[in-house]
Amino acid sequence: MNAAATGLEVRGLSVRIAGRTVLDDVTFTVPPGGRVGVIGASGSGKSMTSLALMGLEPTGADVTGSVRLDGEELLGLPDRARAAYRGARIGMVFQEPGTALDPLRRVGKQIAEPLRLHRGLDRRAADAAALELAVAVGLPDPESLLRQWPHQLSGGQRQRICIAMAMAGSPQLIVADEPTTALDVTTEARILDLLRGLDVSLLFVTHDLAVLAQIADSVVVLDAGRVVETGSVADLLARPQHPTTRALVAAARATARRTP
Amino acid sequence: MTGSGIRRLLHRPTGVFAVVVLGLLVVLAAVSLVWTPQDPFRADPFHQWDPPSAAHWFGTDGIGRDIASYLLAGTRTTVLVAVGSGAIASVVGIVLTAIGSLTVRWVREGTAVLLDILVAFPTLLTAMLLTAVFGGSLGVVIVSVGLAFGVTIARVARGEIRRIARSDYVTAARASGVGPGGVLLRHLVPNAAPLFTVQLSLAMATAVLAEAGLSYLGYGAGSGTASWGTLLSDLQTYIGVHPWSATWPGAAIALVVMALSLLGDAVRDASDPRLTTGDRASDTERATAVPGVTA
Repeated sequence: MNAAATGLEVRGLSVRIAGRTVLDDVTFTVPPGGRVGVIGASGSGKSMTSLALMGLEPTGADVTGSVRLDGEELLGLPDRARAAYRGARIGMVFQEPGTALDPLRRVGKQIAEPLRLHRGLDRRAADAAALELAVAVGLPDPESLLRQWPHQLSGGQRQRICIAMAMAGSPQLIVADEPTTALDVTTEARILDLLRGLDVSLLFVTHDLAVLAQIADSVVVLDAGRVVETGSVADLLARPQHPTTRALVAAARATARRTP
Repeated sequence: MTGSGIRRLLHRPTGVFAVVVLGLLVVLAAVSLVWTPQDPFRADPFHQWDPPSAAHWFGTDGIGRDIASYLLAGTRTTVLVAVGSGAIASVVGIVLTAIGSLTVRWVREGTAVLLDILVAFPTLLTAMLLTAVFGGSLGVVIVSVGLAFGVTIARVARGEIRRIARSDYVTAARASGVGPGGVLLRHLVPNAAPLFTVQLSLAMATAVLAEAGLSYLGYGAGSGTASWGTLLSDLQTYIGVHPWSATWPGAAIALVVMALSLLGDAVRDASDPRLTTGDRASDTERATAVPGVTA
């Protein structure tokens, strides 16, 4: 099985919604243990890429191409098989920790849910495992914190809960869709530290090259649903080729000047 | 609802009012089954329009019936109508919501169109039409109000379910591997329940009002059944001469309708942790706060 550890291979991924092409022939690879960034402006197809990988594209979307995880094709799987690999093979972290948690469930229960699903734990064992996960993602005072409702936590704490949820099924890959965009700069740095320390491959979606430079090894630049440039972060920052990339680099430099 | 839920419900004045009025109504209805001060239907030609007294707490009407006894007997009708219509509205509402949001696409969209058409029929007129066809009876009132509100509930609940199904937290739950059944049970139903509760309590309030109104107009309860609406219609003719007598059924109807509509709001507020546990506490506050006691 280890011989087949080829990571995530996306080949010619296209998504059409109501006749409009949202993603066009997107190809990239996330090697095992690698950290790949997907960057682009709003509407470039970043979020659709992550949703399509999860099999969570909107109903009526036409998805073609190939998404392989360690050689196993994920596209075109029946619904049940899709639900089974979500969380177990690929976990996902969302942009808005404020809305990604169910307001009517205590946060501990929301971590315990995927634990029961993927590890087959009973309620008591799942609660204990949730506590371990809460400690692992660096939540302070986890015993009492897990009994809180989502609205009682800070943005950073909520995002740690979401990361714990994504890690609950011990996935090999985490897809993080702008996980720090809704957070302040200090919290952002801490969440990036946490994501860097996780023992998984990472697909990190962002519009912010400065953030990407802190976390990714290589980058896929998207523009209008197409891959316009790929390469290592260092190369891309030093010698941006495509106008979109140049604009992103310029934007990142401007931000860096404003915040010393 | 849990014990702490009931405590939270009684934490606000509207909740207390609703629980007290409706609790009293149910108790009185139970009492009326075994005992009323006088025979509610017995006419007494020697005691017409008696003012309130020890024998006749709320006085007597134009044919000498004891108003208090009649009101008490009428509680049964009110409870029956509220509970019966509420039950029918729940079943119809849940079934139509399920068909309208959980089935294949063409059935869902067909249901949406059907609901839009059905909602256009005014509840009271539909009930009057049905009584005109099937004759005036409580059963017709209960069924017609229950059906009409079941449709209204389904229409509102369907939109709510669709909104919740597209929410970030449902997407996040699905991304963590929760299947359709888990999403339905643990996210869709709990999050749609508050709206459902409010609509249901509104349905019950309207049912009481509709029964009173239809009985007032002579379309509702038959002559053998005590109804506040019938009493009100009997007494209001003489309101210029005996103003206090019509006040009793009027006040009873108003109190119960108000309590029913407030109950839904109070239950919704009591079950929302965002309203009952306050906003984000600071770290130090959270560390010292006893769980469940945070204001």
